[in-house]
Amino acid sequence: MPRPVAIVGFAQSGSLRRDDRNEPEMIAPVVTEALERSGVPRREIGFTCSGSSDFLAGQPFSFVAGLDAIGAWPPIRESHVEMDGAWALYEAWVRLQHGDLDSALVYGFGRSSMGDLGEVLSLQLDPYTVGPLWPDAVSLAALQARALIDTGRADERALAEVAARSRRDAASNPHAQVTGDHDPEALLREPYVADPLRKHDLPPISDGAAAIVLAAGDLVAKVAQRPVWIRGIDHRIEAHSLGARDLTRSPSTTLAGHRAGVHEATPDLAELYAPFSHQELILRDALGLPDGVTINPSGGALSANPIMAAGLVRIGEAASRLAANGASRAIAHATSGPCLQQNLVCVLDTEAA
Amino acid sequence: MGDATAVIGVGQTKYSAARDDVSMPGLVREAALRALEDAGLSFADIDAVVLGKAPDVFEGVMMPELFLADALGAAGKPMFRVHTAGSVGGSTALVAASLVQGGIHERVLTVAFEKQSESDTMWALAPKIPFNPPVVAGAGGYFAPHIREYIRRTNAPDHIGMKVAVKDRLNALKNPYAHLQIPDISLESVMASPMLWDPIRYLETCPSSDGACAMVLASEDAATRAPNPPAWIHATAMRSEPIAVAGRDEVSPQAGLDCAADLYGQAGITDPRSEIDVVEMYVPFSWYEPMWLENLGFAEEGGGWKMVDDDATTLEGELPVDPSGGVLSSNAIGASGMIRFAEAALQVRGMAGEHQVDGARIGMGHAYGGGSQFFAMWIVGREKP
Repeated sequence: MPRPVAIVGFAQSGSLRRDDRNEPEMIAPVVTEALERSGVPRREIGFTCSGSSDFLAGQPFSFVAGLDAIGAWPPIRESHVEMDGAWALYEAWVRLQHGDLDSALVYGFGRSSMGDLGEVLSLQLDPYTVGPLWPDAVSLAALQARALIDTGRADERALAEVAARSRRDAASNPHAQVTGDHDPEALLREPYVADPLRKHDLPPISDGAAAIVLAAGDLVAKVAQRPVWIRGIDHRIEAHSLGARDLTRSPSTTLAGHRAGVHEATPDLAELYAPFSHQELILRDALGLPDGVTINPSGGALSANPIMAAGLVRIGEAASRLAANGASRAIAHATSGPCLQQNLVCVLDTEAA
Repeated sequence: MGDATAVIGVGQTKYSAARDDVSMPGLVREAALRALEDAGLSFADIDAVVLGKAPDVFEGVMMPELFLADALGAAGKPMFRVHTAGSVGGSTALVAASLVQGGIHERVLTVAFEKQSESDTMWALAPKIPFNPPVVAGAGGYFAPHIREYIRRTNAPDHIGMKVAVKDRLNALKNPYAHLQIPDISLESVMASPMLWDPIRYLETCPSSDGACAMVLASEDAATRAPNPPAWIHATAMRSEPIAVAGRDEVSPQAGLDCAADLYGQAGITDPRSEIDVVEMYVPFSWYEPMWLENLGFAEEGGGWKMVDDDATTLEGELPVDPSGGVLSSNAIGASGMIRFAEAALQVRGMAGEHQVDGARIGMGHAYGGGSQFFAMWIVGREKP
């Protein structure tokens, strides 16, 4: 039985197509806000972990400047993952399992505006056999969407409905980048970007940052009136080779979800990191989420997609809704790699530990 | 803290300037398979894979753990990627150990690598970042002023750096995996080599290497069933500090002092010089051996170079430092920290071969990175703590 760990603070920057602040300028206010909301003093944080990508920033060691933003003096216990901040949260959760530390600060940040995102993400592919063909992320997602539609489990209208709902829900999210009240029928009259995907099926390109404060042990009751507990968390990867996978399924999400305890009770809501509309349908299937579960009330990644922070934002958004008394159980999900290669699932609830 | 954890498998590749004979998947797989063989396991026995490497621009692949998942048997498992600058090999081992210490997994495969021949490290280390001073001369140009300040403070004589360079390269002759093999190295040949960044000469700097290092970390239950002797983890610690903060001492950073103090506290060590039998220290430029000897508490300020001068850190000395030949002999950057941790483990397992330190029971692995601001360390022992 893992040690109960609670989310006691969350903050995010607004997502912008281009945020002209540098990384420390983006991180500092978000970290400060998350710490203030948590009530855990900065100097008492036991462990710090961040997630970001050098290739987004266009420079080596881009995370080093993050230390300038968080006040790492005197020196701190700190680590960094070249992954979405959701995996930084996982590392911090594992560290809190040791039992000697009771709090952790986690943050993720990314500025997709620094380069040509399509070209940058192509560099994630096998550099010997796939990368030299320069397939961009949108084209790969379109192949996945086509495969899904060909199974008969979805059609273009279902994709448009996901997009319309997401942009409509995003209207009440002050951090969203793309909002709107769209009729799915009207969306379906728009031209393709990459058949069968239209512009509404694609995420915006975003700059953004997010931070979460975790607490464990006696500290939780001291700082949180309604703590949101991490009931289970797990992540799994699949083979990289696109030809070796059934792109219409996400077995790594299913396995991670099972190990995180998704099946133990029906959640009230799920925040799924589905950068493309059809991926939400694949993820709902993979997690076995029944109708009636509110999906992506924040508007999801179709409304704001700060890569390297967007997965952490899903966890924060889900926790915020639980903390606000509106719901008691939520699923949060993060993804990484082309066509949902790697997935993390986190189960949150507000019941006493 | 946490559950008892041990190293039950170590695997390394041959380090060289260009491993043109293997792809990146081939390189990491070579180290991983050797670690699994040492542990008597196969990929199927592994619960999770933790990969570390330095900046992705060194190979030109963004988040390469995604495409390396297949080669490391990670499909269907958790795959994790650590990046903490030059200390990353050490940090990666600590993150992997944390999974066992935290009770999450029984057997974790951890791998660190760099294939520098895929790109140009000097170029990759010299970006022009707005409002930041450029490091146009690579790492050596960055660290040379810190070394000069050490020499100014301690009045260390010129030959100290050269002695370390000779000692580590002689040790490397006993390590079949070491990149540099220079049988005729001498103080005279080091002195005659070109000055790169005063006071760092060509033969006082690390090479640019391709290579990978892997370890299998196991719970107590899994370790007791391992075919070869385990190296038990007695302590782990990491510390970071900002690159620029008023009053920061780049010669003996506070993060290094704090990290070592935390480490010794966990391991119950009060006199590291007498209680630790062997140290694998991250020394990319020869002068860093005396500097870290002081930062890690093996000597008082100014005492580090005297230990070198007295031959205390040779393979037969009082405190052997880098019997493997160290970073000065093999520097696959992302792997260099893990090699230190793995070599410390090999020493206490009695499996270090020709460069084995007689009777080593307590070993220390040390790594640092960034502008001397990221530190990762562990202490491993022959006995369970």
